[in-house]
Amino acid sequence: MTLEAPTPQQPDLVLEVSGVSLSFNGVKAISDLSFKVAQGEICALIGPNGAGKSSLLNILNGVYVPDQGEIVFAGEHFRRMHPLEAARRGIGRGFQNNALFRGMSVIDNVIAGLSRRQTASLVEEALLLPRARRQERAFRDRARAVLALFGLEAVAETTVSSLPYGVQKKVEIARAIVAEPKLLLLDEPLAGMNAGEKQEIAAAIARLNRDLGLTIVLIEHDIGIVLKLAHHVVVLDYGRKLADGAPDTIRDNPDVIAAYLGKQTSERAA
Amino acid sequence: MNMFLETLIGGLLAGTMYSLVAIGFVLIYKASGVFNYAQGSLLLFAALTFVTLTDNGLPAIAAIAITIAILIATAIAIERFLLRPLTNRSPMTLFMATLGLAYVVEGVAQGIMGSQVRAIDLGIEDMPIFIGDILISQFDLTAAAVAITLVAVLALLFNRTRIGIQLRGVADDTRAALSIGIDINRIWQIVWAAAGLVGLVAGLLWGARQGVQFSLSLVVLKALPVLIIGGFTSIPGAIVGGLIVGAGESLAETYIGPFLGGGITPWFAYALALVFLFIRPAGLFGERQIERV
Amino acid sequence: MSDVEAPAVLDPAIRFTPRVLLAAAGLALLTAAPFLASEYWINAIVVPFLILSLAGLGLNLLTGYAGQMSLGAGAFMMVGAYATFAFQLRVPELPLPLALILAGVIAGATGLVFGIPSTRIKGFYLIVSTLAAQFFFEWLFLKFPWFYNGNSSATISLPGGLSIFGISAENPHGRYFLTLATVALLTILSFNLVRGQTGRNWMAIRDMDTAAAVIGVPIVRSKLEAFAVSSFILGIAGALWAFAYLGSASVQSFGLTRSYQILFIIIIGGLGTIRGAFYGAFFVSLLPLALDWLFQHLLGGQIDAGLLQNIQKAIFGLLIIGFLIREPEGLARLIGWKAAAPIRNPFSRSRTRR
Repeated sequence: MTLEAPTPQQPDLVLEVSGVSLSFNGVKAISDLSFKVAQGEICALIGPNGAGKSSLLNILNGVYVPDQGEIVFAGEHFRRMHPLEAARRGIGRGFQNNALFRGMSVIDNVIAGLSRRQTASLVEEALLLPRARRQERAFRDRARAVLALFGLEAVAETTVSSLPYGVQKKVEIARAIVAEPKLLLLDEPLAGMNAGEKQEIAAAIARLNRDLGLTIVLIEHDIGIVLKLAHHVVVLDYGRKLADGAPDTIRDNPDVIAAYLGKQTSERAA
Repeated sequence: MNMFLETLIGGLLAGTMYSLVAIGFVLIYKASGVFNYAQGSLLLFAALTFVTLTDNGLPAIAAIAITIAILIATAIAIERFLLRPLTNRSPMTLFMATLGLAYVVEGVAQGIMGSQVRAIDLGIEDMPIFIGDILISQFDLTAAAVAITLVAVLALLFNRTRIGIQLRGVADDTRAALSIGIDINRIWQIVWAAAGLVGLVAGLLWGARQGVQFSLSLVVLKALPVLIIGGFTSIPGAIVGGLIVGAGESLAETYIGPFLGGGITPWFAYALALVFLFIRPAGLFGERQIERV
Repeated sequence: MSDVEAPAVLDPAIRFTPRVLLAAAGLALLTAAPFLASEYWINAIVVPFLILSLAGLGLNLLTGYAGQMSLGAGAFMMVGAYATFAFQLRVPELPLPLALILAGVIAGATGLVFGIPSTRIKGFYLIVSTLAAQFFFEWLFLKFPWFYNGNSSATISLPGGLSIFGISAENPHGRYFLTLATVALLTILSFNLVRGQTGRNWMAIRDMDTAAAVIGVPIVRSKLEAFAVSSFILGIAGALWAFAYLGSASVQSFGLTRSYQILFIIIIGGLGTIRGAFYGAFFVSLLPLALDWLFQHLLGGQIDAGLLQNIQKAIFGLLIIGFLIREPEGLARLIGWKAAAPIRNPFSRSRTRR
């Protein structure tokens, strides 16, 4: 046995998608898709609308069941995920259209993300027994700490539906990371924001990655931000993988430029 | 064997009546996504209006014409004062609103026209006849024939007329329909009026059978299992569901009922619907919805 | 022990906010009520109001908090009433409070069974399951004489009257305080539940179930818990309705109309609030009296009882529609203390569809 460090091509993998296909009523959404996500990286999924990006995240979360293929997460093989199991094993998720609990306060939304840590039973909660009180205190402390990361302490008790969209997006990310996932999936976390807000959220995502070592898979249309933020980019088109590699190689890939980047960036600029 | 066949056929014929009520639901559900709990009340309202008019000496034809006019006015009022203010609200809110509507319609109809049982004579003999050596109710046969005719007419309207095609457009994709300039409020009015007409036919047939009275409005409770079994969005589903429920009830009462002390009809259809829900949640002919998040 | 500091955790609950003061004042008033009001008012109006509030509370946990539609409230009340009767009749040694709790547990278990379909179906499809409960129990308790002890009128009434640990409560004050204590206790327990993780899980499912599942809310368990807790409370409310209010009850006391009434209470009072059940029950209890009074005075008692009933029905229907359109959060928001309170409405808008 040599004492060589692992080669850069084979870092620790958190996620491996292999040969995954999905169709809705006979229409292929994803065909035979494979890629790998290494521990501690930010992996961006890019591609035009309808390329199957959101569907892929839904498969990873167990909302959709793939027709074929397999997912390897943290060394375990899954033919399909179940939503609850995915959450328990540490896959966090932010949604494309805000999927916050509209009628609940910001802090309650975030604490809801701690459900899998629940230890107190229903009866203990009804009677406010010690375990229920301890749990409530621990949950609140944890949620406040996460809200502080996003500067959301002031709106903790506000009902989310009355907050501006940009703030809601932050609450959504806070809810996704409150239970300390191993892998965070974000579906267009920057969509619908102005340039300043985008920078702010992008910086927050970079911080989560750098400071907490969180592995992140995100979908984003803003190529400029993707190329800066991501360590690894996977390009999808019509449910197929078009390219996969470091941002530099993606930028220079003629297929990508032809099929997506050139067209999209010019559209975006317009 | 004859007894089995008689029970089955009697059940199937009764089932066509369930189908008729369920079709009213499907029309409204497809066009506006509303589960109309007031369908039973509208049925009672229609039958009661007709009976009141004929009791006051109007000829049947005139009574039907006036009833239809009132049903159309009601549909327009419902669209204007209930559906439109509740646009974009959750299906649950709309459902609860139709529960309120059921109370309004029942309260107003019975408040004005009285709560006592009224008889309708449609001139159909209610004498059983022998077909081969099987005894079948002539009334049930006639009712089934009327139901089948009505379904055929509706199918024709929806497939051949402009309005029908627009309606299908709304059902398939409301947003796209709006974007090409279909007047959705008008479609709703038409659909609710059509559902009222179906309710009138069903109300007259049921009313002739058991008298026009409050319990007519409870047929809404029979249609629900039919829709669960057939699927909320499909007219063929409503028909097949109605037949399954009708035959199932009739057979169960005859063959299972005696072991349970009888009288199981009120809940048997629901038990059947629950079984279907577990096997096929979208119903036999329903479309499975894909969730998008 | 660090638990001593616990009140800090419950901060919004324990502080003397106007709402807490209002609740305390209400409780004080209710405690003093029997010494202020006539016996008729207490037994014919306040007792049923309290029991309807409790039933509304039970349904509100399921429908207003967990977002599961139910038209079977009457069925679970019925189960609670008949179970209490069975315990008191067949196990007379069992004290009434214990019999009530056990009857609640049986009703809760029943609710759980009829809630199983909720793990597969959503929205108003679920009314098929709760209506199944309604019709099944109406049939069951009428069909088998064992449940009503073969009584010729098929009604149930407690064999020894209301009696708590040997002390008879079979008098106006006894009935009233038994009801008040039960309602107050169950209200506090419900309040604790909805403020804890259980309540957050319910509301998460109500607001967006797919997202709830993905972030780790145990959907199946939470829904079943909602059915069980809701039916537990409804069961106890049913027993009180039968024995502390009516005295003797039958299947008709808990028919479909009762189920509608309980649902109307929470729509009018406010879906997804504890106090909404009380406001709604107050409204539903007083409206018929008010209408009656109005017609007696305006028309000099010339109005036919049947017509009055139909007018009442139409008015209730209009109120339901009106509240859903104009004030979907019910009286709870109108009587709210925070005028600028953020919108907190369970079914306000449909989700963005794409």
